[in-house]
Formats: sequence, C-alpha cells, structure tokens
Amino acid sequence: MTKDAQAAIQFSHVHYQSGETKILNDITGWFPKNHITTLVGPSGAGKTTLFRLCNGLISPDSGEIYIDDQKISSYEPVALRRKVGIALQQAVMVPGTVRKNLALPFELQGEELPEETAKEMIRLVGLDESFLDRNAKDLSGGQRQKVSIARTLVMKPEILLLDEITSSLDRVSQQEIEELIVRINETYQTTIMWITHNLKQALSIGEYTWVMMDGELVETGESSLLKDPQNPRVRTFVKGESE
Amino acid sequence: MSFLLLGLSLIFVLIPLVLSKTLNLGLEKDAVVATIRAIIQLLAVGYILQFVFDAENFFYIFLMVVLIIGAAVQNARKKGVSIKGITWKLIVTFVFIEVLTQGILLGLNITPATAQYIIPISGMVIGNSMVLSILFLNRFTSEIESREAETELILSLGGTPKQAIHRPLISSIQASTIPTIESQKTIGLVQLPGMMSGQIIAGADPLQAVMFQLLIIFLLLTTAVVTSAMLGFLSYPTLFNERMQLLKPDKQ
Repeated sequence: MTKDAQAAIQFSHVHYQSGETKILNDITGWFPKNHITTLVGPSGAGKTTLFRLCNGLISPDSGEIYIDDQKISSYEPVALRRKVGIALQQAVMVPGTVRKNLALPFELQGEELPEETAKEMIRLVGLDESFLDRNAKDLSGGQRQKVSIARTLVMKPEILLLDEITSSLDRVSQQEIEELIVRINETYQTTIMWITHNLKQALSIGEYTWVMMDGELVETGESSLLKDPQNPRVRTFVKGESE
Repeated sequence: MSFLLLGLSLIFVLIPLVLSKTLNLGLEKDAVVATIRAIIQLLAVGYILQFVFDAENFFYIFLMVVLIIGAAVQNARKKGVSIKGITWKLIVTFVFIEVLTQGILLGLNITPATAQYIIPISGMVIGNSMVLSILFLNRFTSEIESREAETELILSLGGTPKQAIHRPLISSIQASTIPTIESQKTIGLVQLPGMMSGQIIAGADPLQAVMFQLLIIFLLLTTAVVTSAMLGFLSYPTLFNERMQLLKPDKQ
C-alpha cells in the first residue's frame, strides 16, 4: 500500500467465529481513504463477514476495528451505518416503487427524500427519472443493483462497501456498474471496498487489493500484485481463476 | 346426565376404534389414551370446580386462575424456545390479559364476581390466548428467518431494531389473529359455538345463551389482538443486542 494514503478502516488482530467455525482469523490490515480497494478470494474466505463487521451488523469476538482512527465500538450504531454504507449481492428491495426504496434511508430517520436528490441519484446510477415510479419487483438484476447502490448513496456515506454487486450480471451491466463506481469515487471522493470474484475487474478498477483465504488476509498491496503474486496459495488461486 | 348415560356415550369412542381396526389406521392406542385422559381430566376439573364453587373463597379462585395460566405457559413456551426469556413474556402476557378482561367484566359489573363466572371465563380467555401465542410464535420465528435479509438491510441503512422488525412483526400479528376474526364472521351460520350450545342443552334461555356467547366473542377478539401485539412487542427487543445487531442463535 502507498505510504502517503490515510487509513479509512484499520483492522487489528480481528477474530470472528460462528459456532465452532472460525470465519476470520487474526485479520490485521487497512483500507486506504478515498481509494478503491478490491477484496478477492475463494468463497468462504470471510470477505462478506469482514464487510458486515465494518457496517456494524456484527461485532468481532476479539481484536479492534478503527474507522478514521476511532474505535468502531465507540461509534453510535446508526451513525456508523450511515458513514459506512453497504450494498449487498442480493440487492434486497422493500415492496413498492424505486422512489420508496431510495427514500428508505431518509424515512428511517423520519425525514423525506428531496425530489431533487432522488432524481440526482437515479441519474447518477445511469437510470432515467421514469424509473422512480417503477415497481422495484419489476426491475432486472442490473437495475436492482443500480437502485441498491443509489439507495446506499443517498445517505452520502464516506465509505462504500460493495459485496459482489456484479457477479450475477451480464457483461454490459457489469461494465456500466464498474464505470459508475469509478465515477462515484471520483465525484464524491468516496472510499470504496469491493468484493469481487472477477480478477480482471479487480485489476482494472481497484487501485489496491486484499487477497483473503480461509479467514486470513494472505496478501495485500497494489492491484498489480494479482499479476505476479508472491504467496504460493495466492498464485494457485489466481491461476485457477484465470483459467 | 347420569353416569350410566355417560357410559352409553362411549359408543362414540367405539365407532372410531372399530373403524381404525378395520381400516388399519393405527389410531386405537391414541384414541384410547385420549379418551381416558379426557375422562380423568374433565372429571377431576368437575370435582375441583364443584369444591371451589361451594367454597366461594377468592383464594381458591385465584389458585385456579394461577393453575390455568401455568398450564397455558407450559404449553405455549415450547413454540418460542428461540426467543430469550419466552416463559416470562408469556406469563406477563397471560396475567395482563386476565387482569384486563376480568377488570372490565367485574369493574363494570358485566359478570358477577363469583367462581362460577370467573373461572370458566378465565379458562376460555387464557385458552384462547395460549392458542394465539402458539400461532404468533410459530409465525414470528419463521418470519424472522425468511425476512432476515430485509431486516438486516434496514439495519444496514441506519434503521433501528423496531423499524427493522416492523414488517415481520405486523405480518405475524395479522396472521395469528386472522383465524379468530374469520371464525367470528361465520359464527352461528356454520356452527353454534360450544358454550352457547352447552347452555341451551342445559336448559338456559337461548337469548341469554346468545348474549353470553356474544360477550365471549368480544372478549376473544380483545384477547387475540392484545396477546399477539403484546407478545410481539415484548419479544422483538431480545432478538437484538445493544449495538442494534440481529442476534444469530450461536451469538445469543
């Protein structure tokens, strides 16, 4: 990682287990502020769990997580979740229109979503304003993902966590979302962490990358490390994914 | 009715036993056990009620109500084992229902303050509340599971546990009260309610029997909605921790 970058999120010896199963084992590392970092690794590596920890949906069994150099446990939960937005692979929609979905973060605070913000966000994710009145259940997979990202963005999070948001999309939709994420990063200086299975995507979009395996952080650095990994396990993984 | 005539009514037990044997339904053992249990339990209740009615002592009435609530809690708690402290939540709910309904009935002089009224009405109210609790707990636990993603979505967007659980909770309250409301819509058309039929058979004025039945219907409506809502609002906070996280079974 570059030495002049500030840490948006830092992990110090973080452990997390579910029942008897260790999900995260002694994670120590950091995500640089205002940059795009990708997380790659096989299924079951603990990547989603790491995101859930950052958004405060779960807490580590031991170790510390710092957001902007402040312990995550010292944040008030609602404030933390608005600072660290998360968009999940399933892109769950609440019943109703796209507008209702976009307004959800405002409604939860007892506020109304300004019409201008709704229009700005829907345009930002590459959909036209007519989508605001569409029923969310009628959207395609790609459109749902875009609405899910827009819904997270209306909170204006400083950190955006994206969990395999393009894995079930066609190539065109994938490319649209990749461009969107880069645009968001450039426009709002949002720190972005992106879980992806697509190593090409990690190389082209991510400035930095984390490689996780079996609940451990096995390699981290600039994305170019994926071209020539030093760790033999990572080399095997990259080779397998590229074939 | 004499014991001899009651003995003759066992023909209605013999019919299913013969059918079960003939058709190999395998119901004989269960049917015999159910019959013996029903005879022992109801006769015991009959003698106990006779004693309590004769004694006209509030302590015995209180004791009977405690027994009714205890049995109802014991039965309903099995359906809510995944909810922390479910036993106490059921006790609080049933006691509240009992105090609310008897408070209104006795406070407004709708029914006399005698064992003959308090005990059967308490039995019907708590019995209904128990069934409602079981329906509610069944539905609520499955709603929490099936809507976990939606619940966590709302939490992840900065919602509170109350906001996150709102839809599963309301849906469970609605679903558990539907049978009570629906059965009340057709009452008297499809079947005559048990209590009313019993009173008419015992020689009561049918209009009086109807009026009492209406009283019970109104009571059961209150019981249904209050039980589900109260149990729901008592239960949901235990599903989350102080960090507003939805607790998984292994983290509870």
